Amino acid sequence: MTTPPAPITSLITAFVGELRAAGVPVSMVETIDAMRALEVIDIGDRAGLKATLAATLVKSERHLAAFDTAFEVFFATAPRRGEEGRGTPTGPAAEGGGSGGLGEDEIEDLRRSLLQSLLDNDMEALLDAIGEAVDLLSGFERGRPVGGTYYLYRTLRRLDVDQIETLLREVLSGREGELGELDRRLVDEEVAERIEQLRQAVQDEIRRRLVEDRGREAVARTLRRPLTEDVDLMHATRADLEALEDAIVPLTRKLAARLARRRRMLRRGRLDFRKTMRRSLATGGVPIDPQFRVQKPHRPEVFLLCDISGSMATFARFTLQFTYAMSTQFSKLRSFAFIDTVDEITEFFGPGTDFTDALARVAAEADVVHQDGHSDYGTSLAAFLERYGRDVTPRSTIIITGDARNNYRPPQDELLGEIAAKARAVYWLNPEPPSYWDTGDSVMSRYARWCEGVHEVRTLRQLEAFVEELSLPRSRPRGRSL
Amino acid sequence: MTATVPTIDSPAALADSLRKVDYLADDRIAQVAFLADRLGKPILVEGPAGVGKTELAKSLARMWGRRLIRLQCYEGLDESKALYEWNYKKQLLRIQADHDKEWDELEDDIFSDEFLLARPLLEAIRSETPVVLLIDEIDRVEIETEALLLEVLSDFQVSIPELGTISASTRPFVVLTSNNTRELSEALKRRCLFLHISYPDPEREQQILLTRVPELPENLARQIARIVRSIRQMDLKKAPSVSESIDWARTLIALAVEHLDTEVVTDTLHVLLKYQSDIEKATAELTRR
Ligand SMILES: Nc1ncnc2c1ncn2[C@@H]1O[C@H](COP(=O)(O)OP(=O)(O)OP(=O)(O)O)[C@@H](O)[C@H]1O
Ligand SMILES: [Mg+2]
Repeated sequence: MTTPPAPITSLITAFVGELRAAGVPVSMVETIDAMRALEVIDIGDRAGLKATLAATLVKSERHLAAFDTAFEVFFATAPRRGEEGRGTPTGPAAEGGGSGGLGEDEIEDLRRSLLQSLLDNDMEALLDAIGEAVDLLSGFERGRPVGGTYYLYRTLRRLDVDQIETLLREVLSGREGELGELDRRLVDEEVAERIEQLRQAVQDEIRRRLVEDRGREAVARTLRRPLTEDVDLMHATRADLEALEDAIVPLTRKLAARLARRRRMLRRGRLDFRKTMRRSLATGGVPIDPQFRVQKPHRPEVFLLCDISGSMATFARFTLQFTYAMSTQFSKLRSFAFIDTVDEITEFFGPGTDFTDALARVAAEADVVHQDGHSDYGTSLAAFLERYGRDVTPRSTIIITGDARNNYRPPQDELLGEIAAKARAVYWLNPEPPSYWDTGDSVMSRYARWCEGVHEVRTLRQLEAFVEELSLPRSRPRGRSL
Repeated sequence: MTATVPTIDSPAALADSLRKVDYLADDRIAQVAFLADRLGKPILVEGPAGVGKTELAKSLARMWGRRLIRLQCYEGLDESKALYEWNYKKQLLRIQADHDKEWDELEDDIFSDEFLLARPLLEAIRSETPVVLLIDEIDRVEIETEALLLEVLSDFQVSIPELGTISASTRPFVVLTSNNTRELSEALKRRCLFLHISYPDPEREQQILLTRVPELPENLARQIARIVRSIRQMDLKKAPSVSESIDWARTLIALAVEHLDTEVVTDTLHVLLKYQSDIEKATAELTRR
């Protein structure tokens, strides 16, 4: 067993630095584990190295995407250049919209070799062809301050990937013989997968050139993406949303365990002197059995009111899902949806129901629009007060989720004041950053006056922090004040 | 148990040995298992149901010719079921039988090995020959029990007040599995190598099908693997697992199906999918033109 040469250890240190910068929590112990692991593997085997570093440094599926990106940059291989002599056409010719002096024949040749290597599943040939394609078509220039996406777009467009796709489909369909409906579906999926593989490989090649040009650290910095728990709910991609959904249940269970522990600590409470002495009479006045003043575990009774109009629907979905996953932490949980009027939706989320089914029922059955389908917080508050106001007591905590964008309608915020007067506290969760509040048709501060706290909640992490505070005995989450 | 333990000097060699006991590992699985063996660290395997997490531990045991000791976790699992407990009944009987003995003597007697019920963790630690310890579905236990497991995994010793400390003479190879219904503690995760297994790609799934259902024609295996992949991409409550695609293959053989078309697939979907709403959704997708 030999100690790995210095360069790799310093590379690992820099790599761990990048992971941390991207938000992946890597401890000292794990870094040492990774270094030790390098002593027992073949570090020349890149895939093996990647698996090794992933196993030692990353301990959650949610962080694997960030790891992959950082690895591709930090352990990038040298770029693939096309055949000698062709060189890299740069400058005005390559800049133009056309093919920069490149004949359609040459591009056609490229397409053929890409297609062939995709069909043969020949990675080496594919990478060579891509190296050449990027040479000829990307218009890559050293030091030019554009992102990789720009070069990717240029290469794919000039290559005309649709043509490759059509050819691929023709060949694959031919291979399957007589085509039933099912086979056609499978062929379509295979085509989509191969094209994605091609796109990915072009992207990787461009990345390698960027790394060569600008250095690892700089490229890695531009590629950092928020971790699942930090993804902005309002701008999440479909893939982000799926990852978020998968993350909610495990996160809430961990949070519940943490809360239970903190509650137990709190519950032990202060020494009850009088009770201890009373008990001690039985032992001749020796206080051998100290009595503690037990604190009643306070679990809030929650009314959750969600704006479910278009732009707020995703946000409402996540607050609902998270809150229901945490429902054992509350003595009671009732939920309401509103757009320009309000409807109770508690019954849709009864025990044992599937969350997605419940949401579908909310969308189909909840009676939330009496006017034109645009949010009206004023009329919604009025309806809430009229229909459910008498249920609100000093034990009730009201949580309203929405952007407080009232479409320039009367805010009727004094109604929120009336609700607040009956309740224990009102909280507002707004998915917009505070700098947007009160701009345009947002009337956040009109409502904020009546709130115990207004919280910016646009990520899972922020939502978790808020619910944690809320669920602890006697604590009152302090939001931002306007 | 066979004495011919193959020398495994690379992840590739490990993958080969696993194949001989009918487990198809991809490069990552092989690399992490190899590493865990070399570093003497536990593996924490996470992933959806039925992707071969449990089977990996079993197969490693078979490959090395080691005994597999399994601790199946569940809510409410505690020390007495995980570690050890005293056999009260037997102790009581002895006390009654020896009622004329001095208490001191009796106490030594009844708190001896003979009255100890070793549970999986203790059993793994006491074993003279190296074992594979599988702690299955650890995400189901309470956080306190998780802490207990962590303690045992850190020291590989157990202290029993009446008997003293028992240390492992050989280190068990430990595999923990989790379905990620709860996030595990940072401390536990730090101690382990982490391996996320997702659904196999169609090529590997085809190989798995062929090893598990040897009578399956290759062409059908290929079709099954591709259709299952296609169904997994749909937005379902529960995607079909590898075990379900194996069940499906067996069903198709029993029905003497040679080639799959839309009709056969939709008629047998209930083998792959467990929810009626999923079956309906998949049927609609597959018959859509
Ligand atoms: N890589 C593989 N090679 C061979 N067989 C496999 C493989 N993966 C899965 N299988 C088959 O799938 C079955 C299910 O796997 P297993 O029970 O290990 O899943 P699991 O991941 O532990 O699921 P669960 O989370 O439900 O416990 C195994 O019995 C085996 O037949
Ligand atoms: Mg299992």
